[in-house]
Amino acid sequence: MHSVMQQPFKTAVLILVWGWLLFLVFVPNLLVVGASVMTRDPATFLSLPLNLDAYRQLFDPLYLEVFLHSLYMAAMTTLVCLLIGYPFAWALSKVGKQRQLVLIFLLIVPFWTNSLVRTYALKLILATNGLLNSALMSIGLIDEPLQLLYTEGAVIIGLVYLLLPFMILPLYSVFEDLRQELLLASHDLGAGRLSTFIHVIVPLTLPGVLAGVMLVLLPAMGLFFVPDILGGSRNLLVGNVIKNQFLDARNWPFGAAASIVLTVTMAFLMFAHRLSKRRLGEEGGS
Amino acid sequence: MSRWLPRIYLTLVYILIYVPIVVLVVFSFNESRTGYSWGGLGLRWYESLFDNRAMVGAMWNSLWLALSAATVSTVIGALTALALHRYRFRGKKLLNGMLFVVMMSPEIVLAISLLALFLLVGLQLGYVSLLLAHVTFCLPFVVITVMARLSGFDESLPEAARDLGASDFTMTRTVLIPVIMPALLAGWLLGFTLSLDDVVVSTFVSGPGYEILPLRIYSMVRVGLKPEVNALGTLLLVFSLVMLMLSQWILIRSKR
Repeated sequence: MHSVMQQPFKTAVLILVWGWLLFLVFVPNLLVVGASVMTRDPATFLSLPLNLDAYRQLFDPLYLEVFLHSLYMAAMTTLVCLLIGYPFAWALSKVGKQRQLVLIFLLIVPFWTNSLVRTYALKLILATNGLLNSALMSIGLIDEPLQLLYTEGAVIIGLVYLLLPFMILPLYSVFEDLRQELLLASHDLGAGRLSTFIHVIVPLTLPGVLAGVMLVLLPAMGLFFVPDILGGSRNLLVGNVIKNQFLDARNWPFGAAASIVLTVTMAFLMFAHRLSKRRLGEEGGS
Repeated sequence: MSRWLPRIYLTLVYILIYVPIVVLVVFSFNESRTGYSWGGLGLRWYESLFDNRAMVGAMWNSLWLALSAATVSTVIGALTALALHRYRFRGKKLLNGMLFVVMMSPEIVLAISLLALFLLVGLQLGYVSLLLAHVTFCLPFVVITVMARLSGFDESLPEAARDLGASDFTMTRTVLIPVIMPALLAGWLLGFTLSLDDVVVSTFVSGPGYEILPLRIYSMVRVGLKPEVNALGTLLLVFSLVMLMLSQWILIRSKR
C-alpha cells in the first residue's frame, strides 16, 4: 500500500470532497435537526430551552389539514404521472432504436427549460380569460368561463407537467431491460395477457415504479412556486409552509420540523426502493 | 393491441407536453397590451425586456453564477468521480450514499439547511452563498455523469501509464482527463442548466445585493400576467435548446 506521502493527489481530493460534504451537507442538516427542537425567538430566530413543541405543532388541526391536503395533491400528482407515464414508457420501449433517441430527446428538452417559465405558460392557458376557456367558449361547449386557475386541479396539472419526465425515465429504463423471452415464456405457459401483466410485467417493473414515485412525490411536496403561481392561497404544499415559516413567520423550529417530515418521507421511499430491488434480485437470480 | 394505439398515445402526450411551450413562444411575439388577446405580430415585449435595466442586470448575474457554479462543481465532481473509481478508501460507501442522498433530497430541505449554516457562520447572503449552494446541488449530477463514463473504460491504460513511471497526477492529467472529457462537458452543461433554473434554493440563500434571473421571474409571475415573461421564456428556451444540442452532439461524437 502507498502511504499518505506517496499519494498527495488522492489525499487532497478526498479532503476536498469530504470537507465539502461535511461542511455544506452534514453540518447544515444537523443544524436543522437542532433548530427543530429549539424554541422560537423573534430576535435571534432560535433560543433554548430544548423541547418538542414544533413537532406538536405539526399536529395542530390547522396545519394538519394543510399537510394532509398537500400530501393528497402530491399523491394525486404521482398517481397521474404514473398513469400517464407507465403506458408511455412501455410504448416508448417498443418503437425503433433510432426513433427512441429522438423521442427521449424531445422528452428532456422541456426539462432543460426554465420550470418557472413553463409553469407561467400553463397560467396563460388556464386563466379565466385564457386560451382554454376562450377555445371552449368559441366552440360553444360552455357559456361562461370556468374557474380553472387557483384550484387544486391547477396545482396538480402544474406539478404533473413539471415532473412527468422524472416518472417516465426510470420506467423507460426498466421496460428497456424487460426481457422479451420472459413474456413469451409466460405466454407459452398458458398465461393470458392480464395474467402476464400482473404476474410478470408488474413485479419486474416495480423498481422503476418506485424510483419514479420517489422522484415525483418528494418534489411534489416541495415545489412551492407551483401553488404560488397556479394555486392561490388555499392550495399549499409542505414546501409553502416551510418557506413561510422561515422567510415570513420566522418560526424556525416549526419550519425545521416540517422539513424533517420531508426527509423522513424520503428515507422511507429510499428504503422501499432498495427493498424492491433486492427482492427482485433474489427472485430473478440475475 | 394494434400497432397504432401506442403511437397515437405517444403523439398525444407529446402534444400535451409541447402545447404550453408553443403558446409561450407564439405569445412572446404578441403586440397586444393585455396578456390574452392577440394584437398582431411584433417584437414589443423583447424591446421592453431589454429596456428593463434590473432585468438585464439579473440576467448577467445569473449567467455569471451559472458559469462559476458549473465550473467549480465540474472540477470537484470530476475529482471525486476519479477518486471513487480508482481508489479504495475507508468510507467509500458512505461517500457514495451521501452523494445519492444529496441528489434525492427535496431542494427545500437543502435550502433551509444552508440558510441555517450561512446565518450561523455570519456569511452575508449574496454571490458567495449562492455559489456554495449551487455547487452543492450540482455536485452529485457531475459525479454520476463522470462515473458512468469511467465505468466503461479500459483499465489497462492507467496501468500502462503507471508501469511507464507516471505519477498518479501525471497519469490523471495525460490519460484519464482526455478520456472523461465528454463527460466533463456534459456534466458542466447539466450543472449550468440546473443553476440557471433553480428557484427553490436561491429563494433562501440570495441576498438583496445580488438579484438573479429566476427570482426576478418569480416575483413577476406571482401577480397576474407579464407578457415580458413570454419573451424572456422564449429566449431561455432557445438558449437551453442550443446548450442541449451541443451536449448531445459532443456525446454522440465521442462515442464514435
